[in-house]
Amino acid sequence: DIDDVGHRYHLELVLEDILDKDSTVNCTAEVLYHLGNKNIAPDVQFTIEGELKNTDEADNIFYNRIKSLEKELVAENIPDSHGNVSPEMEPIRLLAWVASGYVIWQNSTENTKFQLAQIKHVKQVKRSDEYLEFDYIVLLHEMVSQEIIPWQMTVLWHPQHGVQVTQDSRHPKHA
Amino acid sequence: LQLDFWLAPRGPGYPVDIRVPFPSLQPLKAHLEANGVSYSIMIEDVQALVDNEQMEMLRGRRRLLVSTNTFDYATYHSLDEIYAFMDLLVAENPNLVSKLEIGRSTENRPIYVLKFSKGGTNRPAVWIDTGIHSREWVTQASGVWFAKKIVLDHENDEGLASILDKMDIFLEIVTNPDGFVFTQTQNRMWRKTRSRHSGSTCIGVDPNRNWDAGFGGPGASGNPCSETYHGPYANSEPEVKAIVDFVKNHGNIKAFVSIHSYSQLLLYPYGYTSMPVPDQKELHQVSEKAVAALSSLYGTKYKYGSIITTIYQASGGTIDWTYNQGIKYSFTFELRDTGRYGFLLPAKQIVPTAQETWLALKVIMLHARNHLY
Repeated sequence: DIDDVGHRYHLELVLEDILDKDSTVNCTAEVLYHLGNKNIAPDVQFTIEGELKNTDEADNIFYNRIKSLEKELVAENIPDSHGNVSPEMEPIRLLAWVASGYVIWQNSTENTKFQLAQIKHVKQVKRSDEYLEFDYIVLLHEMVSQEIIPWQMTVLWHPQHGVQVTQDSRHPKHA
Repeated sequence: LQLDFWLAPRGPGYPVDIRVPFPSLQPLKAHLEANGVSYSIMIEDVQALVDNEQMEMLRGRRRLLVSTNTFDYATYHSLDEIYAFMDLLVAENPNLVSKLEIGRSTENRPIYVLKFSKGGTNRPAVWIDTGIHSREWVTQASGVWFAKKIVLDHENDEGLASILDKMDIFLEIVTNPDGFVFTQTQNRMWRKTRSRHSGSTCIGVDPNRNWDAGFGGPGASGNPCSETYHGPYANSEPEVKAIVDFVKNHGNIKAFVSIHSYSQLLLYPYGYTSMPVPDQKELHQVSEKAVAALSSLYGTKYKYGSIITTIYQASGGTIDWTYNQGIKYSFTFELRDTGRYGFLLPAKQIVPTAQETWLALKVIMLHARNHLY
């Protein structure tokens, strides 16, 4: 507890590569939840001990595949009700996961625990520059309230420039 | 002997193919050996091949289930398919399994419980329920698998046989049938029941906040539109009332396990208060053993502890009520995974999940059997 400021947590964690369970890297982090104003995202400082795997080859394959699509990519329900994700959609899903990590960070308090539950809808937005742009509607599952919250996010990605969430907002709920 | 010649005898030096009914196997073998006639087995189990062929033939369209041996345990099924499975299981094992209707849902669907019993009258019993929250699909799917597992193992598995020697097992596979149908037709993420209560356009009550234990207290919502809405009063939901009535009328349930997903946790009471239960130490030890057994199969990691210390405060929960009724061995599971797929767990994980969970369930059931009170 830090009087008048908030609650600070010191974390020691191990990051595991989803695509390669044996590839792990240690990480330490400091997280500060601000007192009072719950609309500010917690401060996060972190150090990664070691290097993350190089994914250039896979990144470029995905990038070129999308760039060369004649029609904009459109998809729904990833995973589907049975947990299936087609191989072509796997990178789309991973991208949503990273982007939703940003959204979750921005909206977390000490009393929330968010997970990405599903991509309801994703639409590629063609750009004239080198970036890929995707407009997502995702469902976030909040563990404490058990609510499923639809969330819109506009995601930019480039193999060398990484992920950016340029716009995001709670999506209006349908009945 | 009822031998069925698939390649009829032609004369000395020519082979003969015979399909042999199971009871005739030994006598035939003895006869052949006594007369120095050599033989080899071409097909171990013709029935299995026939079943397989039938399954292949019927693949592709939603078809009539003919045997629990051809049922696909590694996929998610509709309510009708699960109800058909139950009837078949009973028909195939009438001396072990029976089906009870314990009530009707809001939308008037029958609520069924399977009873596994080797006899006796009102024996001490274990209760297991799955699917109380409809979107937690791996739980209903696991329930189906448990039912078949009990039938398969009730004689040859020492632990299970000893449990059934003393106790009955009650298994409610689709505890929230209205919600389940809704997840298949309208909204895969539906959690609650489908009841309407006056004063709101929102539908449904959280069946795991509707029990009479700390009802309406912190850890549930009074807002009908919330996922954790406790309902207008305790047991307002027929799905919950049906179980309450059953438990009270039975009067001899000794272990109660309610199964959810996801998070990979094994929990015991309380959720509504931080006061520890009197049997905390024993429940903690049993949990430790159960989790170790679960992990032994595929290395799946579980945490365990009381609901309030391990997950969050939740009032009006199932096992808080059952514990306060005197059912000491009251547990809740949260099955796979920890969030990567969450509720949308890939079907290929159904069987591994059910297998590892079963090991933990056996630990709990065995402990109850050996510590009857």
